[in-house]
Amino acid sequence: MSEQIVAPLPGTFYRKPAPDAAPFKSEGDDVAVGDVIGLIEVMKNFHEVKAEKAGKITAFHLENEDAVMAGQPIATLD
Amino acid sequence: MAVDAIEVVKPGLATTVQDLGRPGFYHLGIPLSGAMDQFALAAANMLVGNEPGAAGLEAVFMGPELLFRADATVAVCGAELPPKVDGAPMETWTSFAVKAGQVLSFDYLKAGARGYIAVSGGIDVPVVLGSRSTYPLGGLGGFEGRALAAGDKLSTGVGAAARAGRKLPAELWRGPGAAPVELRMLPGLYWHRVTEASGARFLSDTWKVAPEADRIGYRFRGGSPLEYVPREQPFGAGSDPSNIVDACYPYGSIQVPGGTEPIVLHRDAVSGGGYMMVGTVISADMDLIGQLQPHMPVKFVEVDMAGALAARKARADMLGRVAAHLA
Repeated sequence: MSEQIVAPLPGTFYRKPAPDAAPFKSEGDDVAVGDVIGLIEVMKNFHEVKAEKAGKITAFHLENEDAVMAGQPIATLD
Repeated sequence: MAVDAIEVVKPGLATTVQDLGRPGFYHLGIPLSGAMDQFALAAANMLVGNEPGAAGLEAVFMGPELLFRADATVAVCGAELPPKVDGAPMETWTSFAVKAGQVLSFDYLKAGARGYIAVSGGIDVPVVLGSRSTYPLGGLGGFEGRALAAGDKLSTGVGAAARAGRKLPAELWRGPGAAPVELRMLPGLYWHRVTEASGARFLSDTWKVAPEADRIGYRFRGGSPLEYVPREQPFGAGSDPSNIVDACYPYGSIQVPGGTEPIVLHRDAVSGGGYMMVGTVISADMDLIGQLQPHMPVKFVEVDMAGALAARKARADMLGRVAAHLA
């Protein structure tokens, strides 16, 4: 049963904590509840997007610095 | 009056108590504050039986989760931020009942940016300089001068609650509409500092809302940098051609620091400084800015004073139709 991780907020999506850092998570990685999978920048703040279920990431639907809308799928978990 | 009528379970992103604002102190550096979308707050208040200017909650991008300790009538207007009572979906622009012990929460934002939550009786916080609005930068007004946090308890004021199920028809909803959103502006102030070709490009370019846009100002990017009429910078102005000798900043004025990214000053703006302004967004369209999401395309459309005043009257007439519909 696949699960989506969706954006709680609109803004700009980042897959890594800093421009020269590795991505938080990649396709194929396992995630635990509470793991950070990305950041959303809005109103001069960066908000962590956390997994609410455990699983394996099968797909990312957004690239680094993509515009994101609230409710938009960010990643699929299996 | 109900003491501690609402307990904040989750605060949302930056939920603040706002009324229609605190005019009269801008010359002292204290901004207007109040709801960014004044129309939506007034409509929500009227739906629940409050005066249009009662204090409500402004929730940006993400709704709070609120546990009610007293019965109330509630309405949510502005953004399409779908409310839920104990998980059951409710409609926006419609009054609904929340009983003591029930939880008001929200689904993901569907459209717009700011939902206005009116509660019968209004949110009762101390009146500071004539208003209950929160000015977080100054730690002034609202609930302890700040955005709500988990565990906060809000009291509500006196007032007869309107019944649940009062609804505004879609023609009385006001929002920015389809992209690109048109913001009407009156060129002026330092417009003469910009070349004619550059001014024309400013008005023909499509701009996008920058993610850092907030209650202080809405920043836009993606259009052409300004080109200036050459001059020797006067004494007291900075060396960049976008600098002026410090001046007052009107609410709605469009400053362009460095000539690259216009910022429309909004309810919590600074009152003066040294950036030239190319004009002012008309008062009727300031509500619409409060509903713009990051990355939304926007065009600035030139109007004259007669057009600005006609738009102001059309907005006031529409609010009058809301009041008449609910009378």
